Amino acid sequence: MTDLKDLSREAKRLAVVFEATGAEVVELDFLQISNVLLDLYGEDIRGRAFITNDPVYGEMMLRPDFTIPIVEQHMANSLSPARYTYCGRVFRRQEEFPDRPREFLQVGYEIFDGANPEKADAEVFSLVNEALNGIPFRIATGDIGILMAAVRSLSTTETRKRALLRHIWRPHRFKTLLNQFSGLSSKPLPNQDLEDYNKLIDKFQTIGSRNVQEIKVRLQQIKLESETDPIDPEEVKILDDILSLKDTCKVALSYLEKVSKKMPGIEKTVDNFAKRLDFLGSNGIKVDLLDFEGSYGRTSMEYYDGFVFGFYSETYKDLAPVATGGRYDALTERMGQGKKIPAVGAVLRPDLTLLIRGNNHD
Amino acid sequence: MIRLGIPSKGRLMGQTFDWFSDRGINLVRSESDREYAGHIEGIKNVQLIFLSASEIPRELSSGRLHFGVTGTDVIQEKLVGFNRLVEPVSELGFGFADLIIAVPSFWVDVETLDDLDAVSAQFRDTHGYRLRIATKYHRLLREFLMKAGVADYQIVDSQGATEGAVKNGLAEAIADITSTGDTLKANHLKILSDGLILKSQATLFKSLTADFSQEENQVAKSLLKKLKAKN
Repeated sequence: MTDLKDLSREAKRLAVVFEATGAEVVELDFLQISNVLLDLYGEDIRGRAFITNDPVYGEMMLRPDFTIPIVEQHMANSLSPARYTYCGRVFRRQEEFPDRPREFLQVGYEIFDGANPEKADAEVFSLVNEALNGIPFRIATGDIGILMAAVRSLSTTETRKRALLRHIWRPHRFKTLLNQFSGLSSKPLPNQDLEDYNKLIDKFQTIGSRNVQEIKVRLQQIKLESETDPIDPEEVKILDDILSLKDTCKVALSYLEKVSKKMPGIEKTVDNFAKRLDFLGSNGIKVDLLDFEGSYGRTSMEYYDGFVFGFYSETYKDLAPVATGGRYDALTERMGQGKKIPAVGAVLRPDLTLLIRGNNHD
Repeated sequence: MIRLGIPSKGRLMGQTFDWFSDRGINLVRSESDREYAGHIEGIKNVQLIFLSASEIPRELSSGRLHFGVTGTDVIQEKLVGFNRLVEPVSELGFGFADLIIAVPSFWVDVETLDDLDAVSAQFRDTHGYRLRIATKYHRLLREFLMKAGVADYQIVDSQGATEGAVKNGLAEAIADITSTGDTLKANHLKILSDGLILKSQATLFKSLTADFSQEENQVAKSLLKKLKAKN
């Protein structure tokens, strides 16, 4: 059993690094109204968060993280640049890993500032690195922004691109769609004439709120899709190569720079990657040794859409990541109702750093 | 004293009595039918506990029951990591039910989970909220759809008459158990071709958390031996 005094001392030790930047220290309610979280994460969040009911507000959740409520507050109050830091408990149901804790401390840091996003990326990463000083860990980094840019620059229909972008965070379904769109697997609907389908509708009673018009629109889309040329195999290969990229940042960068000659749509995001590495380098991070994975961050939280990173214990291989972070520009736009501001942040787990440090002393 | 949980109502209870009696074991409910207790004819040290089939999983997992008869569907829905808590002893060959996902029959553009996912995106764009699926099997449905990579839906709770949820405007689709599919058809619904979440039937489970004294172990052994031999 972890000594709570030790834990809170460890949390303070980590928090000091972030507070030293002059960031505003925020506190949040434990209970959050479910709607906002549900809207962003979908049904999956109900499997991860503790849910309770309020007679007035309806369904509420014990906060599963700080980031979303902080974005919500920031977007409601101001759009001026800000830095926030926090230290508090979050709550997670553990169905898949019953041995993991249901409540644990998080120390976090969030930057809302569009002036120089790559510099902000490097700042967050470097502070985390500083806070974790002395712990043997493995670092993974990635960039969802490059992935999204690659999808956007495919020479195919907007409908297909939108479908792929929607499933960036679900690798399996992404692959299924990509196979369909590149003619590798069959189309979901059979071969009858559209008219036959339209007639078929009349045989059944129409029930529920999805109406006949919506069905006809989708039938039309399916027909259009079946008449659209498959995505160029060359482009699919580039996408696959980016997804399976696994090397040091330096090698990955020079590879991506070569790719962007063939796929100019990703050029800007690759430039940003280069800029970020420069900033990381000048912060004293050994970028030559830093790993890059094209697919990193795809199975975690759905809101990261740029730089992503995670710190993992070298001692305890099965442990949840000690720190994770990333950029979430699109999230601020979704919650800002028209307003937006580039943002990046990270969270650390004092319980895990304490465990690892404790072990190192033995 | 071995505690054996038996469904307290309806056909499931009747068929459970029949199944045991086919194996020479006569279950006897206490004199007053209203009392939810009973015993086995000629066998001492076995106490029958009559419970709603949906409560039997919880009692098995807590170890208050040594054995219990209920459906695989409720076991898997109610018990996280069910195979660490209970062990199936025997499938009873009745109470067959498939947990499935069904959508309105007039959705002629929808046959598979792929379609359901695409329609969920379309529905959210068109209506501004997530496509609602009514069910009481929240966990099983969520896990199934997560594995299948279906997004943009939401679960609405429905503890009964779920087949009517679409017609009544409570949901756009449902996930429920069905045996023949007649009720679905009557409610203008069809099953997705790859929408089978789970095949269920009445099953005798043994609790892996209950304490068995030496004597209870003996009783359990002889009981199970009899159950293996059908008359």
